[in-house]
Amino acid sequence: MKYRNMKYLKNVTTLKYNSEKCIGCGMCADVCPHSVFIMQGRKSALIDKDACMECGACKKNCPTGAIEVTEGVGCAYAIVMGKLRGTEPSCDCSNDTGCC
Amino acid sequence: MINEKKTNEFVVSKIIFPDKTKIISPIKKERWMLGDILTDAGKIPLIKTVLDKKDNIEHRQIRWNNKKRMNYSVSPGLYGVGNPVKDSPVFVSANYKLSFDILRESLKNFNAWVLVLETKGINVWCAAGKGSFGTKELNYRIKSVALEKIVSHKKIIVPQLGAPGIAAHLVKKETGFKVIYGPVRAADIPKYVENNFIKTEEMKKVTFPVNERMKLVPMELVPALKYVPHIAFVLLILNVFGSAPMLTETLLEIGLLLISIIIGTALTPMLLPYIPFRSFAAKGWILGIVSILPLIYIFEKGFTLVIIYLLLFPPLSSYLALNFTGSSTYTNLSGVVKEMKYSLPLMIVSIVLGIVLKIYILF
Repeated sequence: MKYRNMKYLKNVTTLKYNSEKCIGCGMCADVCPHSVFIMQGRKSALIDKDACMECGACKKNCPTGAIEVTEGVGCAYAIVMGKLRGTEPSCDCSNDTGCC
Repeated sequence: MINEKKTNEFVVSKIIFPDKTKIISPIKKERWMLGDILTDAGKIPLIKTVLDKKDNIEHRQIRWNNKKRMNYSVSPGLYGVGNPVKDSPVFVSANYKLSFDILRESLKNFNAWVLVLETKGINVWCAAGKGSFGTKELNYRIKSVALEKIVSHKKIIVPQLGAPGIAAHLVKKETGFKVIYGPVRAADIPKYVENNFIKTEEMKKVTFPVNERMKLVPMELVPALKYVPHIAFVLLILNVFGSAPMLTETLLEIGLLLISIIIGTALTPMLLPYIPFRSFAAKGWILGIVSILPLIYIFEKGFTLVIIYLLLFPPLSSYLALNFTGSSTYTNLSGVVKEMKYSLPLMIVSIVLGIVLKIYILF
């Protein structure tokens, strides 16, 4: 079975894209590790929203703020620890857990 | 102004700024260094591109030893590969030694510069997510090594997985250097260079093949095994001090415990794309049930015990499988939060019911 069959939960990502703000620089399509964006002509197009892993690379590298996403780590352990400590879920690699 | 001081084992290169002293290149002599190259901004250490036996042993050890992995780093700063000159490309990396080693190995037969950021020994992708592999650190590092004096061009190649931490346009604005996102895997660098620094679709995509999934298994398995003695002790106490001592049951239960841990931390990752459901918790739970049923059948322990075991053990596999979301390369925060909301209460209910039933038949 190929990697393309590895898909995570549908309709959960917080990714939002406003194509009106897009200036066509192509950075989002360049940085996305799951090909969520591709360049179509002079604009970027959101083609596979459910593949988004909310890493935030596209948002960070978009010079016009056309992309919104609540970035975070998709790690259960980080979320549990975040809840226990009352902080944001953060992959705290400095402890001896398996995260990262 | 450049100030150089030589001691027996260290070569120190410093740029003296009006405000403070900055060390521009790593000062400690390491096994994997070859010597120095003199640049307009001082001496830069050259590094080997062939890993030695010790490197390979270390790489195996850090897969199993979490403490060791957390302290596996190199000094941040600039390094040279081959015979680097002013127009040689600059590759940026994290200071996790495994990342650094994979990069230098991929730069075999190249003349290049390697700019290592301070990420506290964390790999590029995780450090980018945490922000330590970030715009601020990259800008600081470019300036502190005086990169503009060392290279004549204005381009730096950052691993694509560093992008969650780096805003390319802000690096350009502050330092003048243009960030070019290179391939996801350092192993693709030779092909990438051959392709005139243009990424193919393959080089851009993160994958998660079985060999990579299996490399992560020890990291999940070892911490989980730590709890086995405690749980085994509780099981033993329960079974021995119950009204009818059940020693064989204790052994069977410890066996089921170990199997459930292996299912959650090794078998689920191995069979990940083949197990039904998208939720990791569901994958672990299903595999837990399917795998322990034959064992319970072989040992013929009666209907009530079968129910107890099915309540007690599969949730453990499920929880551990859920933890593998942190190692996987395609889960997202919103999804993990969602599946936790449904699965954690179910796990707790199932285990509590199992314990209550177990105590009920014991006493």
